[in-house]
Amino acid sequence: MEALKAELKNKIITTLNLEDIAVEDIADNDPLFGDGLGLDSIDALELIVILDKDYGIKLVDPKEGKSIFQSIETMAAYIDANRTK
Amino acid sequence: MKKTYINGVGCISTQKTFDTVFLEEAVVNHDENVLAVIPPVYKDYISPAAIRRMAKGVKNGIVASALAMKDSNVENVDAIITGTGLGCIEDSEKFLKSILDNNEEFLTPTSFIQSTHNTVGAQIALLQQCKGYNFTYVNGAVSFESALIDAKMQIEEEEANSILVGGVDENGDYTTALFKLNGRIKKDNSGPYDVLTSATSGAVYGEGASFFVLENERKENTYAELLDVSIVNTLEENEVEDAIQSFLKSNNLEISDVDVLILGFDGNADFENYYKNLVQNSFAETPQLYYKHLSGEYDTASAFALWMASKILKTQEIPEIIKLNPVSKPSYKTILLYNQLNGKNHSFTLLTK
Repeated sequence: MEALKAELKNKIITTLNLEDIAVEDIADNDPLFGDGLGLDSIDALELIVILDKDYGIKLVDPKEGKSIFQSIETMAAYIDANRTK
Repeated sequence: MKKTYINGVGCISTQKTFDTVFLEEAVVNHDENVLAVIPPVYKDYISPAAIRRMAKGVKNGIVASALAMKDSNVENVDAIITGTGLGCIEDSEKFLKSILDNNEEFLTPTSFIQSTHNTVGAQIALLQQCKGYNFTYVNGAVSFESALIDAKMQIEEEEANSILVGGVDENGDYTTALFKLNGRIKKDNSGPYDVLTSATSGAVYGEGASFFVLENERKENTYAELLDVSIVNTLEENEVEDAIQSFLKSNNLEISDVDVLILGFDGNADFENYYKNLVQNSFAETPQLYYKHLSGEYDTASAFALWMASKILKTQEIPEIIKLNPVSKPSYKTILLYNQLNGKNHSFTLLTK
């Protein structure tokens, strides 16, 4: 699980071009949106593509996204439970 | 009919054209066939949250426009008009590559958003909160002149009092490789690359962004009056002089009235006679300048020439590095710019002090 969290942090930094942020700057429970990392709706689309492309998870209900993408912790838990690759 | 004045300029180029006065730090690079922009500190102009999704051309356009606005002391413009040949080509390449790599699945939004040609104009408008007319011209090597003509007409017809107009292009790796294959860019490892003495095909390429604040009134900080702009798609080498004479005549001028001629020599030996005929004949007694040895060739490189011309009229000085001949004049009042790319897309721009 720890490896998955580190992997997710790296993917998010790279995919979303978070130039001034390092893996160590993102705590597992930091909110990804709003006051935490400050991601926005376009980033949410990028995260959905990461789930689909890298872990084989298709988000059918967009409402699910709010809880899944709350933090690295919640994202990693969801991926761990639902990944197909 | 209102007149059009250039009241602010900003330029990001393959030379240090920010934080400098006028090309005093310019250097000719004979070793590269593709020149890269000297980047400013983007974060001084764009917030970290906004900058992370911006392609190179967008960032350069935003900074050049910010420099022009600051230079003009204008806080808001009525319109933003942009010219670009290839738009945000880097992100276009990224998006297309992603389509191929992922078998048309998993397409991410960021590079798609930035792949459109009007991204630069849109981002400038968002940052400046300009809700007025916003248009982007994509007309090859006359993209910038198309934008200029639109801006000039809008000011003349009093549709707008102030307009931000600019030209921006960026290099993309894949497109650059294609341009090398089709001979538009000089071959690799065939240097030293010299724009004036080249005997080979293809140009030395570059990239950059130059923006101008145009207004309908002359101010203390005015650089020049934009007298006229003309575009001709196709001309034979022996038709250029007539075209220039006719252009000048329509402005009640003759060749002898031109104090400076700025030409778009780009090192492509196949098309340099368009310029050489003028240099050796009708404009032999006129101060002649060139600039693509500094800026590189790209569809909107002529915006760099307009930036140079504006600086010359304001400072009344011509840096040695852009002189084509030793002719000089006690003062510089009228400047003619002539550019073409591969024998097509000819443009004539006339400025006066």
